[in-house]
Amino acid sequence: MKFRVYRYDPDKDAAPRMQDYDVTLDPHDRMLLDAIIRLKAQDDTFAFRRSCREGVCGSDAMNIMKTLKEPVELRPLPGLPVIRDLIVDMSQFFKQYHSIKPYLINETPPPEKERLQSPEDREELDGLYECILCACCSTACPSFWWNPDKFVGPAGLLAAYRFIADSRDRATNERLDNLEDPYRLFRCHTIMNCVDVCPKNLNPTRAIAKIREIMVKRAV
Amino acid sequence: MVTRPLRQSVGAHYGWKDWLAQRITAVVMALYTLFLLAVALYNGGFDYAPWIRLFDGTTFRVATLLFGLSLLWHAWIGMRDIWMDYIKPTALRLVLEVVTLIVLFAYAAWLAQVLWERT
Repeated sequence: MKFRVYRYDPDKDAAPRMQDYDVTLDPHDRMLLDAIIRLKAQDDTFAFRRSCREGVCGSDAMNIMKTLKEPVELRPLPGLPVIRDLIVDMSQFFKQYHSIKPYLINETPPPEKERLQSPEDREELDGLYECILCACCSTACPSFWWNPDKFVGPAGLLAAYRFIADSRDRATNERLDNLEDPYRLFRCHTIMNCVDVCPKNLNPTRAIAKIREIMVKRAV
Repeated sequence: MVTRPLRQSVGAHYGWKDWLAQRITAVVMALYTLFLLAVALYNGGFDYAPWIRLFDGTTFRVATLLFGLSLLWHAWIGMRDIWMDYIKPTALRLVLEVVTLIVLFAYAAWLAQVLWERT
């Protein structure tokens, strides 16, 4: 299988370059990741992240051509600083994620066992809690490219709505106040790249629309 | 004296108004366009005489002014979005926003003058 891979070591290289590889596959290889691991065995100077290979950890997000054809082009996620080859610095992404307080806020005394939810309330979280924070969506979003320090980005906003929609959370107004901002939320122009690239088939655009709807409802 | 931002301040408490205004102005423009097309169909096109008759009525002038104001308001939000996306220095962005507003207000005045001009 032929590959064309983005190579860049900011300490040594003046500019990024594309390097060609020919990888011999094993008949049991099923995933593109299998091939990339073989590529790494062939050239151990090539760097990329991976961990669980179960679609849970979100480590191996990278920019792969939309329809696979040889040579398979691999590039790092766009819009984030490259540390080496396909490894990017995710600090800005996680900074935005942390800024929406991605945890339950409820100051009322907790019950003996746990805070219960009705099945209907629990259903509200479907399509929100599954996010693995791979950063595919936020790094595919031009608004995040232009304002990564100010725009929360689709991943962060999906997480924000996950807690706004949670029947056990009590900080809805604070969360909305924090997001009621032309940069934080309203840089989203609904181009839906986020929906297009999400490996878990989630819909950050719909979550953003829901937040906007709640904001308008509480104000109008 | 604080000379550098110690932390990011967020929650400007606007954004949704512009978002809603952009949608409402779009609806106004769409309705006006449909109305204009309907009039054109009814009249069999826009010849000079029906065109003049159309703009003789105050109702149509007001409707056209509303359309124009919707367009300008819509354009203001769109232009400000462009400045917000691409112009990073706050002072320059403010200048560009003010210039945009002045130009759009001038267009509004010009539109009113064109509409109510005695011919």
